[in-house]
Amino acid sequence: MIRSVRRISIVLAVMLVAVLANLTYLQYFAAAGMRGQAGNSRVLLEEYSRQRGPILLGSTAIASSIPTDDQLKYLRQYARGPLYAPATGFYSVVYGATGIERTENTVLSGSDDRFFVDRVQQLFAGRGVQGGAVRLTLDPAAQKAAYDGLAGRTGAVAAIDPRTGAILALVSSPSFDPNLLSSHDPATIRTTFDKYNADPDRPMLNRPLAMTLPPGSTFKLVTAAAALETGRYTPTTVVPGPAKLKLPNTTKELNNWSGAACGPGGKTTFENALAISCNTAFASIGLDVGADALRAQAEKFGFNNSFEVPLRAATSRFPLGPDLPQTAMSAIGQFDVTATALQMAMVGAGIANNGQVMSPYLVAQTLSPELAVLQNAEPTAFSQAMSPANAATLLGMMVTVVEQGTGSNARIPGVTVGGKTGTAQTAPGQPPHAWFVGVAPADQAGGAQVAVAVVLQNGGGAAEISGNGLAAPIAKAVMEAVLRR
Amino acid sequence: MSTLTRASAVPRYRQPTRRGAEAGLFLLAFAVGATAYVQVDLAMLGKVADDTVRVLSAVAALLLVVHLAVRLRATYADPIVVPTIATLNILGLAMIHRLDLAEVQRAARNGGVAPPPDVYSQLTWTALGVVLFVAVLLVVRDHRTLQRYTYTAMLAGLVLLLLPLAPFVGATVNGATLWVRLAGLSFQPGELAKILLTIFFAGYLTVTRDSLALVRTKVMGIELPRGRDLGPLFVAWFVSLAVLVFERDLGTSLLFFGLFVSLLYIATQRRSWLVLGAVLFITGAVFAYLAFGHVRLRVDVWLHPFADEADTSYQIAQSLYGFASGGMFGSGLGQGYPQLVPYAKSDFILAAFGEELGLIGLMAMLVLYGIVVERGLRAAIACRDVFGTLLAAGLSISLALQVFVVVGGVSRLIPLTGLTTPFLAAGGSSLVANWLAIGLLIRISDSARRPDAESVSLEDAPTQVVPL
Repeated sequence: MIRSVRRISIVLAVMLVAVLANLTYLQYFAAAGMRGQAGNSRVLLEEYSRQRGPILLGSTAIASSIPTDDQLKYLRQYARGPLYAPATGFYSVVYGATGIERTENTVLSGSDDRFFVDRVQQLFAGRGVQGGAVRLTLDPAAQKAAYDGLAGRTGAVAAIDPRTGAILALVSSPSFDPNLLSSHDPATIRTTFDKYNADPDRPMLNRPLAMTLPPGSTFKLVTAAAALETGRYTPTTVVPGPAKLKLPNTTKELNNWSGAACGPGGKTTFENALAISCNTAFASIGLDVGADALRAQAEKFGFNNSFEVPLRAATSRFPLGPDLPQTAMSAIGQFDVTATALQMAMVGAGIANNGQVMSPYLVAQTLSPELAVLQNAEPTAFSQAMSPANAATLLGMMVTVVEQGTGSNARIPGVTVGGKTGTAQTAPGQPPHAWFVGVAPADQAGGAQVAVAVVLQNGGGAAEISGNGLAAPIAKAVMEAVLRR
Repeated sequence: MSTLTRASAVPRYRQPTRRGAEAGLFLLAFAVGATAYVQVDLAMLGKVADDTVRVLSAVAALLLVVHLAVRLRATYADPIVVPTIATLNILGLAMIHRLDLAEVQRAARNGGVAPPPDVYSQLTWTALGVVLFVAVLLVVRDHRTLQRYTYTAMLAGLVLLLLPLAPFVGATVNGATLWVRLAGLSFQPGELAKILLTIFFAGYLTVTRDSLALVRTKVMGIELPRGRDLGPLFVAWFVSLAVLVFERDLGTSLLFFGLFVSLLYIATQRRSWLVLGAVLFITGAVFAYLAFGHVRLRVDVWLHPFADEADTSYQIAQSLYGFASGGMFGSGLGQGYPQLVPYAKSDFILAAFGEELGLIGLMAMLVLYGIVVERGLRAAIACRDVFGTLLAAGLSISLALQVFVVVGGVSRLIPLTGLTTPFLAAGGSSLVANWLAIGLLIRISDSARRPDAESVSLEDAPTQVVPL
């Protein structure tokens, strides 16, 4: 019997090995794959069991996690949620994370490899793993000024520090409340999400980054830059400015909005053409400069390029290979030219920063759970869009726009402000988009401190003045907020 | 064994009892178990609960009782088996305590009332198990006396096995009719039946092994046992099927049949029994799959654990997530989410260990079972009588099969069945019955290792002169 007991024991040993092998497969080889499965709530519970790091402006948290009594141990809360929603995004158990919550997740959740030492320390100190903090570049005053200025109308504001590319304001209107989407009640989250999605005003659209619209006359800044860079134009160059311009190879005519010529005898100066936003003059200049030069200039400002700030911004477009009438229309920011508010702020910023365009960024610092600095943002130049001399010339022309031309509503007492209005037509019968691009102060050697772009979607009235009437005051408020902080 | 002949050749030589080693192992068992228990407290409460001291004191007292009982009544018994079992039992208490605390936290969150903690009843059952263990050592002075009760054991075993089907006392829980309720108390008689039937198998095979092994008839050129010798095998098979069909207890059915066939093989050393057993098993399995929806469902869920995650395969899917999230090292006691798995305290307690102790911890625990089984089989080999060998082997194999079926089930090696994890899972019947089985194993081990001179032998009982 001894032999048969031994044989049975071998069979039992084989069964033990089979069980251990199966467990090894399950717990080691198949484990990673199973973590991501939909029915596995552990990943979520683990994520919520750690105190997620705050999103800071200066030393104020605009997003923070507070302990709760329910199964998900921490609740994400947003101070002034709708105001900062385009930057923070939301952090939802149902729909995942968006915005900075998504792009900076490894830091905020504490899973970043740079936290390894912190995690070990926390482990031995008996504390739970905490997330690191993210400090944003936003200026609270500028943000508030922009949001209050839009006052619920559909539109966007982006403001940049031209010297660094730091984003000072990023506002979308109407906005959404990330608190509702970050609650722990899936029913609330779904109801809110569905409500926002069904809203025709699309409150969850991140307009300053994601909404591309024809920039209209604000694009004349790019056309003017291209013209100056040819070396054939100065502010006093006389350019044609008839009441009507026949577009080449067609029977169609481009009219000035007012219906009148831009100067006596259908002629005006380059500087005045920008100041009064003369369409026929800039269409002629565009044809003179050529589509390739326009596109090259636009691309130096950031068109046809996508930026991650680290939120991904939509690509602003200048069309490839337009024919002559299309070139003329593109030169005044119509046809297929589209831009985000961020892009138009970058155009203003490049002009105001001696021609150098800085890459825009939103994260100033990442910090460890103990708020030690992990990484500071390093401003990087995106391009030298134009020569410093030509940039200075164009900046001067922008000042003329505000002081003597269409941008009068952006004037700030005691500050030299440069700007450009825009009123972009959309479909016939639709109100135009009201744009304004502003920079201030425009007379300092070190460059301007703020460049801002404001757009109100279909917000314009009947006239060219809508850029000045609706958008310029908001731009003025944002610039004031930045300069007087 | 050679030591025995040496013992008789050298009268002064004393066989080492190894009781000191056992005491050391008991200390280790307590240290491991208590550390786990305290770890649970620290991880979940941030401090050691007052109750923990009481629970651990009770555990220490029980270990002392067990040790003294073995020292006094089974002096030569294997020193490794009981401490190993004790380690598993205390780890089980720690995990049940951990899941109790999870229920308290959950109730606090929802503003409800937490169900009464299960750790106290588990501790009570452990105490009862220990009492029965000691009782076995006291009452059964020689395991061979049990052979007298072969057929009584069979009758009692079958009655207990089928008792849940009886009107008034039987009860169905979660689709399986395994329970008997009497005067507010419920227990699973099947657990006790396993031991009684093991005694029956051992006794029956001791008597019939020769005819089963030697008398063959040829059927179409294949040597087969005689028809009348086949009877008991078929009885076992039919009873297994009855358990499966009427009680819906796949696990007990498998265990029962597997145990019988293994013992048949050990007793007769004829592989034909294994072949025949396998054929019958496959026939029964196919029949059960085709005939019964609940068996088919088990198999489908086994093959496609994530196909119907919200409903039929919820348990196994959650169990697999638990194992997977434990990974190599586990989350640490009190730091995972084992409460997400249904029946985490009972049927799926191994998933809870897998999650919190990881692959490493779970492997260690399974190796502990392996050690007990190996020591049991060693006692079977060392035992000097056929009945003792078969009984020790039967008890060991029964433990091994049970662990295999449970671990294999919750980790999807084989279809999930409803067996409890010996010594770990919450549940009194299983705990008490398993302690009883270990008592018998220790009794046989003591007899197997005892030097000849000291062994109590029925044959050697002196004759008496009775004045007439």
